[in-house]
Amino acid sequence: MRVYAVDVLVIGAGAAGMAAAAAAAREGARTVLLERGERLGGVLEQCIHPGFGLHRYREELTGPEFAHRLRGELEDSGADVLTGITALEVFPDGPKVKAVSPRGLKAFSPKAVVWAAGARERPFGALRIPGTRPAGIFTAGLAQRLLDLEGFLPGKRAVILGSGDIGLIMARRLHLEGVEVAAVLEIQPFPGGLTRNVVQCLHDFGIPLLLSHTVAEVHGRERLTGITAVRVDEHRRPIPGTERHIEADTLILSVGLIPEVRPIEGLVALDPVNRGPRVNGWLQTEAPWLFAAGNCVAVFDLVDTVAELGERAGAAAARYAVGELPAGKKVPLVRGENVTALVPSYLDGAAEGARIYLRVPRPLEGVTVDLGGVVRRPVRVARPAEMIGITLDGDALSELSRREEIVVEVKRSG
Amino acid sequence: MSEKKLVCVSCPMGCELTVVLEGKEVVSVSGNRCPRGEEYARAEAVEPRRVLMTLVRVEGGMDRVVSVKTDRPIPLRLFPKAMERVRELSVKAPVTIGTVVEKDFLTTGANLIATRFAR
Repeated sequence: MRVYAVDVLVIGAGAAGMAAAAAAAREGARTVLLERGERLGGVLEQCIHPGFGLHRYREELTGPEFAHRLRGELEDSGADVLTGITALEVFPDGPKVKAVSPRGLKAFSPKAVVWAAGARERPFGALRIPGTRPAGIFTAGLAQRLLDLEGFLPGKRAVILGSGDIGLIMARRLHLEGVEVAAVLEIQPFPGGLTRNVVQCLHDFGIPLLLSHTVAEVHGRERLTGITAVRVDEHRRPIPGTERHIEADTLILSVGLIPEVRPIEGLVALDPVNRGPRVNGWLQTEAPWLFAAGNCVAVFDLVDTVAELGERAGAAAARYAVGELPAGKKVPLVRGENVTALVPSYLDGAAEGARIYLRVPRPLEGVTVDLGGVVRRPVRVARPAEMIGITLDGDALSELSRREEIVVEVKRSG
Repeated sequence: MSEKKLVCVSCPMGCELTVVLEGKEVVSVSGNRCPRGEEYARAEAVEPRRVLMTLVRVEGGMDRVVSVKTDRPIPLRLFPKAMERVRELSVKAPVTIGTVVEKDFLTTGANLIATRFAR
């Protein structure tokens, strides 16, 4: 087996990977980008709705248009791109990456690796919903791929479980293409997605949103015939007597994304809440040669953020490959009150330009984001659907990096 | 006089707006916590506009469909009619991103354009 020596190997050609490979190549690193599929762009190619790129390109693009811009940047950068090749194993000695393509096994010996494999959808099996196991149950991303990339309708009458943005977007897409959307069910007492999407995907078309509801049972032998919807209490326990039958041949699940870490999970520590690798301000994991960016680190809201982090990781990997990435004392970020997702996991004084991203567990009004008592940012409304991003200036960074740890919390103002 | 309830999407606050209308004239807007809310309510109460995103059939290629959008927002009330029209359309492969699939779509002044490549 031939071993290809490169400076930076990027795995995954979604938004994070394309931005990382382009940035690494622009830094002068010999860069190779591996993609298991045939198309570059990852999930963007099937996200045909507008709303992408407002931060990065100052205009509103659809997913495929955003991907097209990134492909242009990638091409201009001079990075080499290989498609139809899947990274199977990552070995810390060397390091080395083994990959497989229809032409056989290939091995790479990079000086630095950027892991940018994205996230996977939480599947039906993980929900443990009682009932039969008929055809007609799809994760939202799969239904989106079938409809918007491949051109097939998944069914005639659908129920959507989960009101995250993907679920809301799919409600609108299915409705427009002639699939009747009976209801969107949300187990929490508030919508999972952005208000904008609740208005423009549901209200616009009169699609009902049932809050504090879930699917108690699925019915049907060969094909789904309906579901039992049930109201839940504040502890998400079904309330007896509130069951109702909803006829449907299709159940769409929008119940969360999980960072893809399989080939690297034994190599580095993962964050238990983000479920991706713990990274520092350079997006560098605990294995110094391994960087990670995008939804494989934590699930982000905006592709603009994912591309920005990809660029940061790619450029840092290129600097690491030539021994020029500065490293300072690693100070852990610790979750205080009202913080779920939190990136990065460590800061150090050398990680100039680092941004901190965090998410709150429920809607909060009139709060302040507090970073170790050094940075205090008031936020009028914080919602779980919208990550909060805070850029650290040089003074704040050097002050914070002298600490033993940095507690990050969201507290009531005043 | 009639009343319309709206949720403002100008920012994450999501103010609940009440718009009082006299026919097609906006008489008053309340519930907004900033001027953007009033602006949003005035446009939204009279004629909400949205970008339409959908698919057009591709002929003679490997891809069955290509994604399209209107290159500017069109009145939301035209969406059912727009979807009927879109089902009649088709394009020949290959399709380049940015191709105009239909000019002056439904005489709205907006063009329907391809948003990705189709082989």
